[in-house]
Amino acid sequence: MKNVMVRMKTSRQQWITYAFVIAAYIVLQILSGQKVLSSTARGMLVPICAYVVMAVSLNLTVGVMGELSLGHAGFMSVGAFMGTTAAVSLQGVIASAPLRLAIAMAVGAVFAAVIGFLIGIPVLRLRGDYLAIVTLAFGEIIKSIFTNLYIGIDSRGYHIRFLQAPENLEEGGKLIIGGPMGIGGVQKIATFTGGFILVMICLIVIFHLVNSRTGRAILAIRDNRIAAESVGIPVTRYKMTAFVLSASMAGAAGALFALNFSTIAANKFDFNTSILVLVLVVFGGLGNMLGSVIAAALLTALPEALRSFADYRMLIYAIVLILVMLATNNDDFKALLRRVIPGRKEEREDA
Amino acid sequence: MPEAFEKGKMVEFPSRAIIPERDLDKTPVLECRHLGIDFGGLRAVDDFNLTIGRTEIAGLIGPNGAGKTTVFNLLTKVYQPTRGTTLLDGMDTSGKTTEQINRMGIARTFQNIRLFNNLSVEDNVKIGLHNQEPYSTFEGIFRLPKYWRQERAAHERALELLSIFDMQDMANMQAGSLPYGAQRRLEIVRALATNPSLLLLDEPAAGMNPSETYELMENIVKIRDTFQIAVMLIEHDMKLVMGICEGICVLNFGKVIAKGTAEEIQANPAVIEAYLGKKKEG
Repeated sequence: MKNVMVRMKTSRQQWITYAFVIAAYIVLQILSGQKVLSSTARGMLVPICAYVVMAVSLNLTVGVMGELSLGHAGFMSVGAFMGTTAAVSLQGVIASAPLRLAIAMAVGAVFAAVIGFLIGIPVLRLRGDYLAIVTLAFGEIIKSIFTNLYIGIDSRGYHIRFLQAPENLEEGGKLIIGGPMGIGGVQKIATFTGGFILVMICLIVIFHLVNSRTGRAILAIRDNRIAAESVGIPVTRYKMTAFVLSASMAGAAGALFALNFSTIAANKFDFNTSILVLVLVVFGGLGNMLGSVIAAALLTALPEALRSFADYRMLIYAIVLILVMLATNNDDFKALLRRVIPGRKEEREDA
Repeated sequence: MPEAFEKGKMVEFPSRAIIPERDLDKTPVLECRHLGIDFGGLRAVDDFNLTIGRTEIAGLIGPNGAGKTTVFNLLTKVYQPTRGTTLLDGMDTSGKTTEQINRMGIARTFQNIRLFNNLSVEDNVKIGLHNQEPYSTFEGIFRLPKYWRQERAAHERALELLSIFDMQDMANMQAGSLPYGAQRRLEIVRALATNPSLLLLDEPAAGMNPSETYELMENIVKIRDTFQIAVMLIEHDMKLVMGICEGICVLNFGKVIAKGTAEEIQANPAVIEAYLGKKKEG
C-alpha cells in the first residue's frame, strides 16, 4: 500500500478540488431550493459531507502518511458523542443553531484529537499490518465504551456513569447519552452549509499541510523512513501530527453526522464504517483528495439511488464497486482517460 | 591524464591518530574510541579507533563483509554500539538517535540508494533542508508570513545546492525516474542540505564509469573546499580512494588492520594480504 504512487501535483489539484466542491455546493443548494431534489436526497446531503470529511481525513493517514488505519470510525464516534453532548448542553445558552453546530464540531474535533494522541502513543510505534490491527482494536474499544457510557445533565452539572444510568437526575435534567440506546431526541441542527464549510476547511488544512515543511516530512517518512531519519526528521512526531489531525477531522465529521439525526447509537460507528471509509479512500485513489471527495459523494448516494433494485440493492452496490475498481486499475482505461482529459496527459509528462 | 589532487600533509595527532596538518589546531570532527558492536555471537566491528580532521577527506576500505557499512551505521546510530563511543566535535554521542546525530552534524548517503522516489528532486533537497529553514506546522497550515519567507529561502537554497552537480534543470523531475548516476548525486546533495560537518559517503562511485568517477572525485574535493567539511567515504574504486583520500583506514573482519596515507597503505603487507591473500611459503 505504501508504494502506491501518489501524485500530489499539488497546486493544480488543490484548486481543482476547491472548485469542484464549491460548484457542487452551489448546484445542490440551488436544486434543493428549487425543490428538484426529493426529501430523501436532501437528507443525504449532510451525511455526504460527513463522509467526504471522513474520507479526506483518512486519506491523510493512509494516502499521505502511508499507514493503514482501520479504526477511523472510532474517532468519528468520539466526535459524534462529545459534539452532541456539547450541543445539547448549550441548547439553552446559545440561541443560534449554526453557532452551536460549529461549537459541537470543534468540541468533537478536540476530543477526537486527544483520543487520537493517546491512541497514537502506542500505535505509531508499530508498522504496517500490526498498526492496522491495533487501530482496529482501538476502534472497537471506543465503540464498547460508548455503548456503556451514560451522560446526564441537570442543574448540578454532568452525571457521567458507566454501565448504568445515572439514578438521581433532577427534575428537568436530561440523559444525553443513554448507553446502548445512544443519543436520543436531539435537535437536528446540522445543515448542508455547515457541512460544506467543514469540508472546505478540512481540504484547505490538508492541502496546506501537504505543501508545507511538515507535509514534506510526512511524505518523506512514507517514502523512506530510514532516509528520513538520516536527514534529521523526527519520525514519530510527524506521524503523530498527521494521525492527530486526521483524528480531529473525523471527530468534527462525527459531530456533524450525529447532529443530522435525532437518534444515534454507538454501534453505527463500528468496524463496517471504518472499512466503508477505507473503501472510499482506496476508491478515490490514495493521496488523491479530489478522488476521495467524489468517491465519498458517489458511494454514499449510491445505495439511495439503487433503491429501485429493492432487495438486490447491496448486490448491485458491490458489483458497481468491483467494476469501477477494475476499470480504474486498468492501464488501457487509464490511457483512454488521459486522451480524453488533456490535463491528465500533461501531468503524466512532467511527473 | 587527470592532474593529481593536492593533498594535505598528514601528521601525528596526539596519541594514535594522524590527521591533516592544517586541521591540527581544531578539534577533530570525529573521534571513535574503541567502538564495537556484536550481532549475537559475531563481533561485526571491534575496537574501532579513528580520528578525522576538520577538513579531512578520509577513506574506509576493506574486502567485502569487512564491516565498513556497519561502521557507518554505528556512527549514525542506526545501530547502537555495544562497546565504545564516538565524539562528534568533542561531544559524546552515546544514546543519541539517528535523527539527533544528523542534527549534530553527520549526514550520509546509502550504499543502496535511498531517495524519496515519489517526490520531486527539489522536494528531496527541501526535505534535507528540513531543519535549516524551519517553521511550525501551525505557520504552515495558516500560511503565515514566515511560511512564505522560509519556503522561498528553501527553494533558492535547494536550487543552489543542486547547481553543485549541475542538476538545477532536473528540479521538477521525479527522483525515482532519474538515471542511476544522478540519483547518487542527488543523495549527496540531499545530505549536504542538512548542513553537516561530516559527510559519510557509502560507495559513491558504485556503478559509475571512469569519467563519471573522475568528475565525482573533483566534486568531492570541491564540496570539501566550499563547505569546509570533512568527508569520509567507503569505496572499492582504488583510483578514487588513493586519489583523494588523505587518511585511509583499512578494515578486515571488523578490525582495523592498517591506517595511514595512500602510500603507506599501498605498501602495508597486512593490507596486501587482506586483499590478495598470503604469499605461499617457499
